Amino acid sequence: MVLSKRIAIECSHAASLAAKLANVDVIAAYPITPQTHIVERLAEYVANGELDAEYINVESEHSAMSACIGASATGARVYTSTAGQGLALMHEMLFIAAGNRLPIVMGVANRSLSPNLNIWGDHSDMMASRDCGWIQIYAENAQEVFDHTIQAFKIAEDERVLLPVAVCFDGFHVTHVIEPLIALDQEEVDRFLPKHRKAAYRLTPDQPSTWGSVASPDIQTELKVQNEWALNASKDVILEVWREFGDLFGRYYAPLEAYRLEDAEAAILISGGFAGTGRMAVDKMRKEGKKIGLIKLRLYRPFPIQEVREVLSGVRSVAVVDRAISAGGLGGPVYGDIRNILYDVKDRPAVLSFIAGLGGRDITVKDFIRIGDRALEAASAEGGEHKVEFIQVRM
Amino acid sequence: MSKLSEEKPNVKTLPIAGIIFVPGSAKEYNTGSFRNQRPILDAKKCTKCGMCWVYCPDGAIYLNSDKVYEINLKYCKGCGICAEECAPKAIKMVDEEE
Repeated sequence: MVLSKRIAIECSHAASLAAKLANVDVIAAYPITPQTHIVERLAEYVANGELDAEYINVESEHSAMSACIGASATGARVYTSTAGQGLALMHEMLFIAAGNRLPIVMGVANRSLSPNLNIWGDHSDMMASRDCGWIQIYAENAQEVFDHTIQAFKIAEDERVLLPVAVCFDGFHVTHVIEPLIALDQEEVDRFLPKHRKAAYRLTPDQPSTWGSVASPDIQTELKVQNEWALNASKDVILEVWREFGDLFGRYYAPLEAYRLEDAEAAILISGGFAGTGRMAVDKMRKEGKKIGLIKLRLYRPFPIQEVREVLSGVRSVAVVDRAISAGGLGGPVYGDIRNILYDVKDRPAVLSFIAGLGGRDITVKDFIRIGDRALEAASAEGGEHKVEFIQVRM
Repeated sequence: MSKLSEEKPNVKTLPIAGIIFVPGSAKEYNTGSFRNQRPILDAKKCTKCGMCWVYCPDGAIYLNSDKVYEINLKYCKGCGICAEECAPKAIKMVDEEE
């Protein structure tokens, strides 16, 4: 345990501070609400001489990710961040980053997608890019944003991984909130993360190499499977890095976090900042003798299949709260994943889909209680049919 | 097909991300394999103006040691630009099947 400094910080700046302490070499970013504060603060660090990095101003997010890809290929440690439309504009390049196995770290200040023009938070942006091959982690507060960003570099750059990592946190509800943070100092971060990235190979004129060459039908499948294996295998490294971080600094992380689930009959499952509100609702319901708990999903890709199955083995129903819609499909994207992995499980719980908190709308304690009550009803009923319920919608 | 696909690397033997660490490896690609028509050059009609050499998008035409233009069929994709550009009509395209 280390006696680190407890400070008050805006969550966005917790991300900037983490990237600075990670001693990034290159930052290429384009400002977009609600992410702007992250790169603004990084620009200040560079301008003030506090961070010796190349700060590349680009004309779009497509260029931001392209510049990150080029820089990362040369062996540099690279950071960027974006949100909403910016992430959508990056979409093409996200796949290039993952496919070329480039350990870029990106903060995603989750924002709704247009139309209509909405700068506020939900998970539509990352969920639309969820199959891009990146490791995806959802943070709830300043501490998690800070810790996960620093850990992300170690995970991404591990020779067994070499994949980009997105650290996602809710636009405004998390990004713009000032919270307490147990910050690490440079000496502490240096003990955990090597001062510089050590790339075993890189794009350099000294040893010419070809990246992203043409792959005919007889080789593309193998390339895609290679990526898929790497992403799935990264889970062990993620767990290892989180354990090492915990041993050094006393804060341990797991792919998901269970709250008051011991004797629970039903559970609410959610990612991101609203898990806090969800826990308040659980506390209220527990006072009334309702046997309910909450699961916060932290690691979204690679999906923690085994952990989710285990944590749900004790409950009779689970209400999955998505802040995104899988259009014309299954309701919420996380709901689809959860329901999918439970298909092979005997005595599986009923799985309910709730869509809430779109475009920055609050999910209140009252909403969570309503969701929890519906989950408890389903826990006592037989079977569970596929139904999607929108919370707080005027119909 | 190309050398790369003849060897048929699997998921494990494939270099990471399919990165090619050998420079100049594109010359291993037998791009002539997807040719439908091949150019036939009549050296007697050829005036050695070099327009075919200029226009060939694959650099598949070269002047051999006898100072006669030749077409490297390993790389010629059979696009026919050389035949189109040849002023004395010394190059004609014939179907590969013939």
